[in-house]
Parts: sequence; C-alpha cells; structure tokens
Amino acid sequence: MSDSDLEAFRAETRQWLEANCPPEMREPVRDEEDVYWGGRNASFKNDAQKAWFEACREKGYTVPEWPKEYGGAGLTPAQGKVLRQEMAAINARSPLSSFGIWMLGPALLHFGTEGQKQRFLNEITNGEIRWCQGYSEPGSGSDLVSMQTFGEDKGDHWVVNGQKIWTSYADEADWIFCLVRTDKDNKYQGITFMLFDMASDGVSTKPIKLISGNSPFCETFMDDVTVPKSYGEDIPGYVGEINRGWDVAKYLLGHEREMISATGGGDRATSLGAVTSRQGALDPVLRAEIAMFDVDALAYTAMSEKFMDELKSGKGHPAQPNMMKYAGTELNKRRNELVMAAGGSDALEWESEASNGGKAARGWLRTKANSIEGGTSEVMLNVISKRILDLPGA
Amino acid sequence: MPLYYDDDQAMLAETASQFMGEEGSIKNQLRHWRDRDCKDGFGHALWKQFAEMGFTGMLVDEDDGGLGMGQVEAGIVLEEIGRNLTPSPFLSSSVLAATALKHGSNDVKGRWLSDLISGDKVYAMAIDEGPKHRPERIATRAEKSGNGFRLSGKKDFVVYGASSEMIVVAARTSGSNDDKDGITLFAVPQDASGMSHDSVRLVDSSMASHVSFDNVELDGDAVIGEVDGGRTILDAVLMAGRVGSAAEGVGVARGAMDMTVDYLKQRKQFGRLIGEFQALQHRAAHLYSEVEIARAVTVKAAQLVDGGSEKAELMTSVAKAKVAKAAGLAVREGVQMHGGIGMTDEYDIGLYMKRDRALQEFLGDQYYHAGRVAELSGY
Ligand SMILES: Cc1cc2nc3c(=O)[nH]c(=O)nc-3n(C[C@H](O)[C@H](O)[C@H](O)COP(=O)(O)OP(=O)(O)OC[C@H]3O[C@@H](n4cnc5c(N)ncnc54)[C@H](O)[C@@H]3O)c2cc1C
Ligand SMILES: Cc1cc2nc3c(=O)[nH]c(=O)nc-3n(C[C@H](O)[C@H](O)[C@H](O)COP(=O)(O)OP(=O)(O)OC[C@H]3O[C@@H](n4cnc5c(N)ncnc54)[C@H](O)[C@@H]3O)c2cc1C
Repeated sequence: MSDSDLEAFRAETRQWLEANCPPEMREPVRDEEDVYWGGRNASFKNDAQKAWFEACREKGYTVPEWPKEYGGAGLTPAQGKVLRQEMAAINARSPLSSFGIWMLGPALLHFGTEGQKQRFLNEITNGEIRWCQGYSEPGSGSDLVSMQTFGEDKGDHWVVNGQKIWTSYADEADWIFCLVRTDKDNKYQGITFMLFDMASDGVSTKPIKLISGNSPFCETFMDDVTVPKSYGEDIPGYVGEINRGWDVAKYLLGHEREMISATGGGDRATSLGAVTSRQGALDPVLRAEIAMFDVDALAYTAMSEKFMDELKSGKGHPAQPNMMKYAGTELNKRRNELVMAAGGSDALEWESEASNGGKAARGWLRTKANSIEGGTSEVMLNVISKRILDLPGA
Repeated sequence: MPLYYDDDQAMLAETASQFMGEEGSIKNQLRHWRDRDCKDGFGHALWKQFAEMGFTGMLVDEDDGGLGMGQVEAGIVLEEIGRNLTPSPFLSSSVLAATALKHGSNDVKGRWLSDLISGDKVYAMAIDEGPKHRPERIATRAEKSGNGFRLSGKKDFVVYGASSEMIVVAARTSGSNDDKDGITLFAVPQDASGMSHDSVRLVDSSMASHVSFDNVELDGDAVIGEVDGGRTILDAVLMAGRVGSAAEGVGVARGAMDMTVDYLKQRKQFGRLIGEFQALQHRAAHLYSEVEIARAVTVKAAQLVDGGSEKAELMTSVAKAKVAKAAGLAVREGVQMHGGIGMTDEYDIGLYMKRDRALQEFLGDQYYHAGRVAELSGY
C-alpha cells in the first residue's frame, strides 16, 4: 500500500471515528462496567457503549486485523497501526475486551480447523461468547507443564476431573479453553487443549477475593465433566492435535504476554508528571523520581511501537513478547507506586465517592498482579536468558 | 514509518558494522593511539577512510556536495562507532559542526564544507562554559568591532578542539547571560589570534580543549546564520548532537553487553559456567531489556528529528536520558560480571565504562535530560 493510500485510509478512518465513536466512549475507563466483555449474559452499561460496540462490529473493528470471513476488517498491519493511532488520538475506548480476541483467537487462527474458525472466531468478533482460560492449578503455576487435571478417553468424549485456579472471570465466562492431561506418562506431549461450555454438568466455580477487594478470578472445579471430541463437522472439541496441546498453550501465552504488555503494561504516552502535578506541587525528590519514570515510560512507548511493527512484519525475535511483558508490567507497577506517593492520603481512600471507590488504591494493588499473571517476571527473565541470550543451563 | 530500518538503512548498518569492526576496532584505533599518547586522540588515516565511505558528509545537503541523509543514518554509523569505541571526530565534526554549517550562507558553506566532506579538515563545536552542560546560559561575548566582531570568553569540553581547523562558537551578541535570544554562531578558524587551547586528555582517552578567546577579531563573514539569531541553530545542533550521542551510547551499551554475555558463557567457577547462575542470568536479561528499549527510543527520536516533528525535542531528551541509564547499567554490570579481570587495563570491558562516562556528560547527562522531560511535559 502506498503512502498516499494510507493517508487516504487515515482520513477515512478519522471521519468514521468522528461519526461513530460517541463522546462518552472517549472518556477514560473508570470502572469494570466501562469495559464491555460481551458474552451470553452481557449487558451494556449505557446506549453509548452499545452504539460504539455495534458500529465496530459492523465494520469489523472489534478485531480489525482479522480476516473478513471471521468478522474482522482484514486490515493490513500498516492500516491497523493507523487505526490504533487514530483511536488513541481521540482516546477511543476498546469496543470489546475479550480473552477470545487476545488469547484463543490467535491460537485458533494458527492451529484451528476451518470449521472451528468459522464458528468460534465469528462468535468472538460478534461478542457472543465470553471465554476464560483454564491453565493454572494449585500445584502448577510457573511450572505449568506439571498440571494434573485429567481427561479419561471414552471414545467420542473425555471425562474430565480436576481443579484449576486463578481462572479470571470464570464465573462470568460462557466457555473455557482448558489444558487437560490426556497422557500421564508423557509430560510435554500428554496435554490436550480442550474447549467446553462452562454450563456443562460438573463444572463449578468459586470466586477468590483479591487484595484489591475485587474478585475477578476463581477456583474452577471439574467433576466428571463430559467434553465431546467433536461439536459437529470439522469442529473438534480440542485445538491442534490430541496430546499436543502444549504447543498451542505456549503459542497462546506469547499472545497473552503481548496483550498484558500492551494493556496492563506501561505503554502510556501521557506523562505521569503532567497528571500528578495537577493535584499540587510535587516534592522535589518525588518530582525527580517521576521525571526518571517518565523517561522510562516514554522510552517504552517507542519500544512498544517498534515491537508491534516488527511483530506484524515478522522481523521480531520470537521470544520478544517475554521482554515486553517483563518491562511493561514492571513499569506499570512503578507508575502506580508513584501515583500513590503523589496522591498522599487522598489515595488511601477505599470507598468514598471522591476517590471513585478507591480507584487509586485498588488500581495500585491490582497492578501487582501484572508481573504474576501470564507468567511471572522471574519466569520472563528465565525465558530471555535462555531463548534470547542463549545462556547455559537457563 | 515503521520503527525498524528500511532496506537502504539495513545495508548502511551492515557496511558500517563491517568497516568499524575491522578498521575501527579497539585494537586498531583506540588502543593504538592511546598507547602512543597521540595528541589528536584519533587517526587521520581512518578519518580519510570515513570520507571515502561517504560518512563525513552524510548529513550535508546533496546540493552542497553531501549525501543529504538524516539522523537515522548518522545514528547507524554512530552505533557502530560506539560498539567499537572508534575514536573519531564524526560526532563533533560531521554531526555538530555540519548541522551548524547547514544554516550558514552560501559563502560560509563554500568556505568550509568541501574540506569537511573530503576529510581534509576537522571542525569542532564550542558550547559549554563550565563542567556541566548548560546551554541556556551563554556568557562568551562577541562585541561589534568595525565590520566584524571581537570575541572574548572561555569554552569547555570542546571535543577534539585542538585538532580542529575551525571551531563553531556559540557566543552572546546581545542581552544578558541567561537570555534565550541574543546568541550568534561564529566559525572561528584555527589560526585566529587570541584563541588558545588547553588541550586535555579525558578518562576515555579522547581529547578536549578548554578554549580561551582573548579579544579574537573576527570578520563579519564568520557569522553562521543571522546575528542574534543563533539560538534556533544552536537548538538544531543540540538536537542532532544529542540524538547522535544517544546512538553512540546505544552502541557502547550493546558492545559492553555482548562482551559480558559472551564472558558468562566462557568463565567457569564452582565447576559450572557462571552464566548458569540465575543471579547473573536475571541481571543479564534485565540489561538486555533496558538496552533494547534504549535502542528503540533512539531510533524513534532520530525519526522524529528527521521528520521535523514537534515531539522531536521531548523524545530526544527521553532518548539521551534513557540511553545514559541503560548504557551506565551495561558497563557497570559488565565490569562486575567479569570479576577481577574486569578491573584490568588489558580487558576491553573497562574501556566501555570509560567511554560511557564521557558520553554521559556530553550534551547533558540523564539528570539534565530527565529535568528537560519534566519541563517539556509541563511540570
Ligand atoms: C490477577 C491474576 C489473574 C490470573 N488469571 C489467570 C487465568 O485466567 N487463567 C489461568 O490459568 N491462570 C491465571 N492466573 C495465574 C497465573 O498464571 C499464575 O499465578 C502464574 O503463572 C504464577 O504461578 P503461581 O501463582 O503458582 O506462582 P509460583 O509459580 O508458585 O511462583 C511463586 C514465586 O516463585 C517464582 N518462581 C517460580 N518459578 C521460578 C523459577 N524457575 N525461577 C525463578 N523464580 C521462580 C515466581 O516468579 C514467583 O515470584 C492469574 C493470576 C493472577 C494474579
Ligand atoms: C583490585 C583487586 C585486588 C585484589 N587483590 C587480591 C589479593 O591481594 N590477593 C588475592 O588472592 N586476590 C586478590 N583479588 C582477587 C579477588 O579476590 C577476586 O577477583 C574475587 O574473588 C573474584 O574472583 P574472580 O575475579 O575470579 O571472578 P569470578 O569468580 O570469575 O566471578 C565472575 C563473576 O561471576 C560471579 N559469580 C561467581 N560465582 C558465582 C555464583 N556462585 N553465583 C553468582 N555469581 C557468581 C561473580 O560475582 C562475578 O560477578 C583482587 C582483585 C581485585 C579486583
């Protein structure tokens, strides 16, 4: 695509956004309800959220770079970048947040059958089905491959028993993509990546309260759950091959790390100092720390841009998402420490209206999970050591 | 514009890497001239080769005989210079002085540019007046005198000043020392009477001058740009120099990091390669991450400067500060992870530490630039 075509696309996009993105959808996200997750039981917080989602769905902009036949807009990477830039310029919210978009979708695009893509990708882009991720178990966190949840082969289906933990939004999700051991004698090649309905008999969830006071994640129990091997013609109940789910799981983790580094990461173009100093003059040493933070954060925005450009053109190192996740989440934690320091006792308020229900304090606590979920910082450093620096025994 | 090199830039990187890795290597250049106590601090033969490669005039407009390239391309060369610690006047002459001369009249360009491009002459840039970079304040004065000016004052940290056939001097022609306006740039020839150099060797073996101007008489045609209108030129020079020195710093960081990671794969203690110890692995991986980020923002800043973006100034300061942080970490971790031999003159890792220290100070350290980031962001 020539530069002038791209500029025409930019102009078109700007116009489209102007016409379709309601003013309310250009405000910063204030609480969980401001995020639209879709799904069978979803409801819109207000008309603006609904209008924005529907406009994007029609245009294929819930996932702009996915192929049109699966509900995307088929944009090229360069067009995708233009759209992101133009959305960022007006602070447009994401129309649809979804583990389907960030995690399962990319895995299906890569490993799925045509039948799976037709069904599941369209459900994702249309916001019809909300997915959750069943990876971690009580005994298997960083060392995920040691997981024990077992599926007994019964011919045309499995009977699954076991427990998952830290399953984000399991209590609100419609379906789960779940790692299930199908061969006890083969550690890496004995896991199957299964897909099943959370309403299946034998699935139950129990919310866990976080230090932030919210409870967006759960224990998930599977008690004699039947998982069919097929949901219809060319729609297997698992992704990839049986016993080869670990490959899918790892591929998906790469996308999860990209997503966390992009959304939970430190990728904000706005200067923290500019925001915090509005509340009053900063103590000189704090101001200096914030300036040093802004240097790191603004530098990271350039890294994010480079990372995305390289990713889309296939030039990047395959392990680079681990670096992005590490750097982005550590930065985000530091940002929130400084927000708390700048906010002083106001930022300690937990429930008051003035504090927007303790937004600062709860946000600060929530960010501590950024360097744990999706693989801890220490694990990211291990991966960088091994796969990028090629250090011995790593 | 994507944030990676296009095909031409990738080819330039390849060429520069090969050239600097061979001709400009630590053994062939830095150690060679240092161990001979060379008064220039760099090799003129190598500088001639720079000219043959087209590097010397890469930032000069094509109409003026140069290659008309931008900061991204200069950064590619500088990164290789940094990686090989190649001593050369590239930054001071081909980036700083060349950027200043770009703003000169045709007469000024005609007088100086061809010798810069051919590598026959080297120029320097005189900005600082004190041990810390503070270009907001300029006290060196040029008073009107007949058709010309009379220059008096003192400049510091004039890199390769004593080896330069001409020095671009930022002087005050009106107003008081802290005024933004009232600055004029002058091209002061080496033989100007009343100019004297106190040339000193720095920690990284490069040479810099304290230059004194004692009623130096200058013709009117020594003026670069407009009288009293030098601040905008100076700002352009500073931006080019800062993003350029950030690029060199990226090279220093990568050079030090690569050496260190190699060493972790060779040195055995406790019956194992020290690279097997997670305590070192995590620090190396953290370092990698910092250096990658520093490199990304440096290329970004160079693109913004080349594109004349209004964000160029901010991102240049971000780049300069970020590189200082990352390169500082690279050389400190480098020496530490080498253990005892990291402290020896025989090993190159210490040379990286020294070059980094000099680059940190050049055109503003991380504290100066973090302060600028705060100011430019409105706090
Ligand atoms: C908010 C949140 C949401 C989550 N959502 C989901 C979800 O939706 N689905 C899901 O499956 N999981 C989810 N998780 C789980 C997450 O993936 C795990 O918490 C994570 O993988 C770490 O596992 P763990 O908690 O068992 O910690 P552990 O693995 O026990 O780690 C404890 C500590 O030891 C360190 N450590 C472990 N191994 C090493 C090593 N080899 N080298 C150095 N240090 C090491 C870790 O870095 C950590 O600091 C979520 C977690 C959080 C916090
Ligand atoms: C100025 C100076 C004076 C000295 N004077 C004397 C003297 O008078 N007499 C004398 O006998 N010695 C002397 N030494 C030697 C000094 O004791 C050693 O340099 C020191 O013990 C480190 O050993 P090394 O240099 O072999 O480094 P190495 O042991 O090779 O270490 C290289 C790097 O690996 C790290 N490393 C090594 N093992 C581990 C591990 N298990 N886990 C994590 N990281 C590890 C180290 O911390 C270091 O960063 C001197 C050294 C110096 C620099």
